[in-house]
Amino acid sequence: MFPMPVAKASPPVRALYSLALPVSLLVWLAPIIAVALTSIRGQGDIMAGNYWGLPREWRLAENYGLVFANTPILHYIWNSFRITIPTVIGAVSLSCLAGFALGIYRFRMNLLVFFVFVGGNFVPFQILMVPVRDLSLQLGLYNTVTGLVLFHVAFQTGFCTFFMRNFIRDLPSELIDAARVEGASEFQIFWRVVLPLVRPAVAALSVLIFTFIWNDYFWATVLVQGDTSMPVTGGLKTLNGQWVAQWQLVSAGSIVAAMPPVVIFFLMQKHFIAGLTMGATKG
Amino acid sequence: MSTPFATLTTPARPPVAGWWARHQRAIAPWLFLAPAMVMFLVYVIAPIFQSIAISFTDWDGLGAKTYVGLANYVELAHDPDFRTSLVNNLIWLVGFLLAIPAGLALALFLNQTVFGVRLVKSLFFFPFVISQVVIGLVFSWFYDPTNGLLFHVLQFFGAPRIAVLSDARWVTYGIVAAGLYPQIAYCMILYLTGLNNVRADLIEAARLEGAKGWRLLWHVVLPQLRPATFIAVVVTVVGSLRSFDMISIMTQGGPYGSSRVLAYYMYEQALSEYGYRMGYGTAIATVLFLIMLVYIVFVLARIWRQEKES
Repeated sequence: MFPMPVAKASPPVRALYSLALPVSLLVWLAPIIAVALTSIRGQGDIMAGNYWGLPREWRLAENYGLVFANTPILHYIWNSFRITIPTVIGAVSLSCLAGFALGIYRFRMNLLVFFVFVGGNFVPFQILMVPVRDLSLQLGLYNTVTGLVLFHVAFQTGFCTFFMRNFIRDLPSELIDAARVEGASEFQIFWRVVLPLVRPAVAALSVLIFTFIWNDYFWATVLVQGDTSMPVTGGLKTLNGQWVAQWQLVSAGSIVAAMPPVVIFFLMQKHFIAGLTMGATKG
Repeated sequence: MSTPFATLTTPARPPVAGWWARHQRAIAPWLFLAPAMVMFLVYVIAPIFQSIAISFTDWDGLGAKTYVGLANYVELAHDPDFRTSLVNNLIWLVGFLLAIPAGLALALFLNQTVFGVRLVKSLFFFPFVISQVVIGLVFSWFYDPTNGLLFHVLQFFGAPRIAVLSDARWVTYGIVAAGLYPQIAYCMILYLTGLNNVRADLIEAARLEGAKGWRLLWHVVLPQLRPATFIAVVVTVVGSLRSFDMISIMTQGGPYGSSRVLAYYMYEQALSEYGYRMGYGTAIATVLFLIMLVYIVFVLARIWRQEKES
């Protein structure tokens, strides 16, 4: 293990480490702690520059009540769910199929198709922006949830296929050979042999894509205008423009907007990190 | 199972198999690939070429496109705003790369097995899970020159106040610092996973030979962390060239365009109150794409080598 485990170190070093750990965590998370505290402060604390002390006026119910009652934030959040969940289902499904094709079969174009998915996944969004916006306008999908979902599904399919193909390729090939000997059709091999085995990959991709799409801001600004289909990232930006210097409201809104991916992360941490760090240990 | 595939193949194999049975294994992969390929071609691959085509035209997004040849690129070459954006992209790139050593340092600090360290690790990772919009808002408030935290800190040390986000000298560095916050968390988690898989026997052998500290890290540990470093470099470079959210939230490219990067300048030219210059915007996007293409080729070449080995 590197570095040397502190358990083997001298008592002063051990004490220092167990002190440094919480202190550094506190410093690292200071911005987030400040936001959480500010979201329950009153305007008086904000004006007085009281960021770190306990709130002098507790305005938890008032601030969050104001955010929920006076702004369309619930509507934005609802939109974010309507965009994020279908995208997760769509991108993961398409990539299961494509990853199966690229991970199991040997054919001449295999690597080329794979490289198109991997390479496409890295392109800057701006090179896609004008044609995708134009296409959405022509299909009548500009300013709709469907328009955003279709684009997100297509784009995320690149990364998901990359991930799925590598996962499926590492499955033991004996399983597939055995199924073929028993006369299973190709679709049966996919459905009954491979799909049950890729559940960990599906879980990892689902939480990752959920977070990526929930936090998307660029495409929301390009493909959506006004409040009807706006997700919470774009909505928060609009609200920020209205709440000039009312940092307690900005903070409360930010916390509400950040909550869903945070909850998902803590519930499915293992899968999230497994997905994010794929390839960090081999190759 | 009542799928069309199943009904086609379940009958006991006749002496001469049907057309589908004979060709199934050649056609099946393309059927499995079709939905993903169609979506990817329509929304990702085709738009790249369409954008490049539009960059040779003058177009407001509605009327007819007028072919103008290289005029947009000639204009770019003399556009001071384009140069500012390009320089800022370079600052982003170099600044963002600091996330890699910083992430490694954090990972080394946290790679212990003391009580509660698992929770500490996931809390350190926290900033990455939160939207850049939220991070951007938090840092704008930090930099707020009348009442922000930075103001109070500077005041405490008796330093003059800096309006980071409205000072052309500081603004890009200020936004890069905000962008580093989640990026360091990302690199940290990559290195933590890498450190988890470092071979203990090699470390022990090196320790027996008397290696420790920096030498051990440099000669034994880091070489084993190469895959993690590779991914960290890729995601950091791509992240720095994609920077858009933070700029849009914190400064909208200001003051006077001094914090623009290519991604933001492109958006501004093509889609904002400054007018709908789609041709000029796509020309900027094409330049950005070509820069990114260098990295894409670099990544694909590496994957290619790995595939050849296995």
